[in-house]
Parts: sequence; structure tokens; C-alpha cells
Amino acid sequence: MARTKAKSRAINGSAVVMTLYLLFLLVPIYWLVVMSLKTNEEILSSFSLWPRQVSLANYAKIFTDPSWYMGYVNSLIYVVENTVISIAVALPAAYAFSRYSFLGDKHLFFWLLTNRMAPPAVFALPFFQLYSSVGLFDTHIAVALAHTLFNVPLAVWILEGFMSGVPKEIDETAYVDGYSFPRFFIRIFMPLIASGIGVAAFFCFMFSWVELLLSRTLTSVDAKPIAAVMTRTVSASGMDWGLLSAAGVLTIVPGALVIYFVRNYIAKGFALGRV
Amino acid sequence: MALELSGVEKTVAGRPHIHRTDLRLEKGTMNVLLGATLSGKTTLMRLMAGLEAPSVGRILWDGRDVTGMRVQDRNVAMVYQQFINYPSMSVYDNIASPLMLTRRPRAEIDRAVRATAEMLQLTPLLQRRPLELSGGQQQRCALARALVKGAGLVLLDEPLANLDYKLREELRQEIPKIFEASGAIFVYATTEPEEALLLGGRTATLWQGRVTQFGPTPDVYRRPKDAITARVFSDPPMNFLEVVKTGGRLRFADPTHGGGAGGGGGADQLVFAAMAGLADGPYTLGFRANHLRLSDPGPGALRFATRVAVTEITGSETFVHLDHGPSRWVALVHGVRDLAPGAAQPAFVDPAQVYAFGPDGALAATAAYATAA
Repeated sequence: MARTKAKSRAINGSAVVMTLYLLFLLVPIYWLVVMSLKTNEEILSSFSLWPRQVSLANYAKIFTDPSWYMGYVNSLIYVVENTVISIAVALPAAYAFSRYSFLGDKHLFFWLLTNRMAPPAVFALPFFQLYSSVGLFDTHIAVALAHTLFNVPLAVWILEGFMSGVPKEIDETAYVDGYSFPRFFIRIFMPLIASGIGVAAFFCFMFSWVELLLSRTLTSVDAKPIAAVMTRTVSASGMDWGLLSAAGVLTIVPGALVIYFVRNYIAKGFALGRV
Repeated sequence: MALELSGVEKTVAGRPHIHRTDLRLEKGTMNVLLGATLSGKTTLMRLMAGLEAPSVGRILWDGRDVTGMRVQDRNVAMVYQQFINYPSMSVYDNIASPLMLTRRPRAEIDRAVRATAEMLQLTPLLQRRPLELSGGQQQRCALARALVKGAGLVLLDEPLANLDYKLREELRQEIPKIFEASGAIFVYATTEPEEALLLGGRTATLWQGRVTQFGPTPDVYRRPKDAITARVFSDPPMNFLEVVKTGGRLRFADPTHGGGAGGGGGADQLVFAAMAGLADGPYTLGFRANHLRLSDPGPGALRFATRVAVTEITGSETFVHLDHGPSRWVALVHGVRDLAPGAAQPAFVDPAQVYAFGPDGALAATAAYATAA
């Protein structure tokens, strides 16, 4: 005991803490990946740290069964739709908040954020009734539009922060140079806040990708998202643990990819651009 | 070609930023807007550019009313105090951008960009991004972008204020040359009287949103219309003394005579030639820091008893702050002078270098040295 203590002190203390931290952090993900590579019998019958027999059958099922892979396709469609709509709407709004002062602009800006204070469940009922009556139920755009309620305010807040970091004189110089407003906005202004657009798009993507309640309520068959597919895999023969794990692993992948691309700007995004 | 501001006023949220202004800027002239911070220089420039619309009045370009015209449709260029370039474009693209919008042939644009870059010594930097350049180079890039399009009106809003001393000297010498080559109307805003004198041309002095005087720079300097103009166009600010003229004598409060610290007493000086013809009454005398001497220049000089407050040594020159009763004067003397604060110090002014302003602030008598020139 005394010897191990002395030894661990000899090693870099912070490295030990870091290793333990990563270990605890990764255990659930490791367990998910390992389960996805096992058979149901192995998962249920014994305790094993790694699969005795690696099986890709679970993944094969997801990629060949339309009821599974269409879940991913549906999710991706409405997530992309939502991100595009949110950014397209938030860009002009954020520009107005950052450049002009108008009656009640501060209140309106704060009110935008209060939209995020209500849980999505509050809106599930009105959305369901509204979309059913106008024939939007079980379409991708329905989910995308529902999610903009939460994503547009967030995107406006993030983009406004980034835009306010660009001096107003750049706008004026461009007008003096002869740029029309749309041309200035696309050619000069958007490249300057490209990282802000990236971060805002990331937050929209993430919210829409993980949100379950609205997307499940507003869809039934044609636009059923992957998260909803995963909740409906309890069959007469019990839970399909391996299949669920494989679906879980595949659900993490898009988020991980997006995070990788915006990793350098995330901190600034969390501070809503005000760094 | 001329730019004319006719009865222009600008009011923002009920507060006047620019009072009624009439100005006419001729083609091929260098015009300096001189005034302290918040005196309205930038607002006036933005009105000229068309970035802001006047609340009242009209702006005429060659006699044509351009008051409501968009800035894109006017032929203007502007350089700011901050180094404003398009950070996502190279220096070349920055300079070329105003020309790209005019749909001129590429070869012609290329020639113009390279010629302007050469003039501003940017040729080796054309492929770099503005943020990779030093402050002086960034401002050169902004100047190049303003010049390349050959605008009829070039507005420079304190373009050298954010540069260090050496770069400022360098660019300040180049700007008049660049200006002469372009033939446009140049408007140059600055807070420094020295800069206005170096640039020459015509100067408009601004004070709290009002143009107090507009004319050839040396004239405005030598013959300011009123006490405010004299103060604006003087660095350090002009020294003032309240006097009352009765017959052949001037009376003013002098702390060393009579009432002591209360300043109730008075001292006399003989009225000098320039004031001899003026009616009796109160006047304000004004004289510049470099005309206030610490040693007797000779017979006829006005003599004041003062106390040293602070001495500021800048190297070859020393600013001596002197207290004369309630007013604080500054004397600019050559060489390093170390005077003990609080010490009594006689100060002298040659009457030929004294301006007299009436009770309304208007110039009553010009200093003799200024009229001689």
C-alpha cells in the first residue's frame, strides 16, 4: 500500500487524475460500443469486459432494414432543414439587433431567449393539434419548424455576439466603396462571422438531433426519427440489446463529427460570441 | 466641381449635433476640419459622405442636390481612424474591391491597383491579409482603397491618430503629395492644430457642432474671427486675460497688487497701438503659449506677476504652466527649464503678439505681427 502510494506520487499527479477522468467519462460509451458488438445471449448471460466473439450482425441489420436506416435519414433531413431555416432567419435578425437601435430592441432581444425557458413538452400539444389541422403532421418540415422555436433565438443570440465584434465602420466602408447591402452581406460580412455561423449551426444541429419529444409527437411513419425508432424496439421476445446499442453508437457519430469541425470555436459559442 | 453644404443641420434625439452650417469646398482643395473630440468633425464628414442625412438643409454636388442620395451612388471615399479593411481579402483584393463593383475590364483594374499600391509602397505586401500587416501598412491599404477609385470627394477622419509618432510623420508628408496627384476634394479631420498647419489648404474650425471660421489655413491661424476659433486653433490653448480699457490704460486683476489672494485689486498697463482705436470697455486679451516669455524682451512689453504651477519638459522645449490670479497660462520656452512650483515668476508678452476680443468673443484687434504678414 505504502509502496503504490509512493509510486503514484512519482508519476505525474495530474496525469493520473486526467486518466481517471477520461476512464470514467468513456466507460458508458465503451460499454455501448462493446454491447453493440456482442450477441444478445452474451450480453444477457455473462459479464465480460470485451466481446468473446465480435459480431457485426447488429450493424448489418440497421443498414439493411429500411425501418431502421430510414430513421437516420428522416432525422438528418429535418435536422438539416431546421439548421438551414434557423440560420437563414437568424442572420438578418441578428444583424438588425447588432446594428440598429429601434423601439423595444433590448426587450425583444431578451424575450427571444425566454422562448428557451419553456420545456418542449409545453409546446407538444399545440403543435400536434395545429400541424394535424393544416396537414403538416408526419412531415419532415413539421419537426424542422417546431425546432426553430428553440433554435432561432439561440442562433440570434450567438450571431449577434459575433456580429457586434465586427466594427460598424466596415459596413460603412463597404457602402462607400459601392457595395449594395446584399452584396456586402454575402461577400464581406459573412466571411467575417463564418466561425459564428458555424457555431450557431452546430448548436441548432445538436438541439434538433437529440430532441425526442417533439419529433416523436409530430411524426408517425413517414418522418419517424431514429430516436423514436429506438424507443419502439421492445418486442414480444424482449429487448434487442445488441441492436439498440448499435443504433446508439450510430446516433453518436454525426454529433461527434460536427463537434470535430467546430471544436476551436465552441468555447466562444458557449459565451454567445462575447469573448 | 464643388461640394456645397447649404443650411445643413443635424439633430439626434432632440440634441443638436451640427448647428446650421454653410460650407463650400472647391475641387482640388485640401480642407481641414479642426476641432476637439466631439466637436462634430465626424458627423459633418458623415453628412458629406451621405452616410447620414441632414435634419435640415441640402447638400449640393456641382449644384445638383444629392441630399437624399444613397452613399453607394455618390462618388466618395472614406478612411477612418481605426484601420478598416476587409480582413477576409488580400491587400490586392481590398484595393481592387471598389473597382470590381464598377465592371471595368480586369486589365485596367489590375493596372490601377498596382499603380496605387506602388504609390503607397504596398507592392511587396499585395498577397498578404490586412491583419498580417503593421498599423501603418494597414492604414496605407485603407488609403489605397480610398484613392484607387478616383472619387471626387475623399474623406479622411483622423487617419493618423492611431499611428505611432514616426509613422504619422511619414504618412503626413505623403498625404499632401497623394492629394495633389488626385485632384479630388480632400477633407481631413484632425484634433491637432499643428497637423492643420502642416497640411495647409483651407481650414474649418469646429466648436460644439458649429463651424466657427472657414478660410485659408494660415489666415485662420493668424486672424481668428473670435476667441473660440483662436482657442481651437492653438496648441496648447491660447492664454486669455480679462481687461477693462479706460482711456489710455488697461486695468486687470493682478494678484500681486492690492487685494492679495482675493484678487480684488487691479494693475495697469498702457494701451498698446493695436487697441488704441477701440472704444472703452471690457475686452479679453489672447496670446499664444510661444509668445508668453519668461524674460523681458525689451521696452514696451506687457509684464505680469505669475506663479509657477507645473513645468513639463518635452525635450528641446519646456511647457511652463503659470498661475495668474484665477487663470492658468502656458508658456512655451526653448530648452530645458526647471522651475520650482510655487515660485514667483515674471512673465512678458510683446503687445504686437496680443489679440483683443470684444465682450461677445469677436475679434476686436488683430495682433500686429499677423496683419504685417
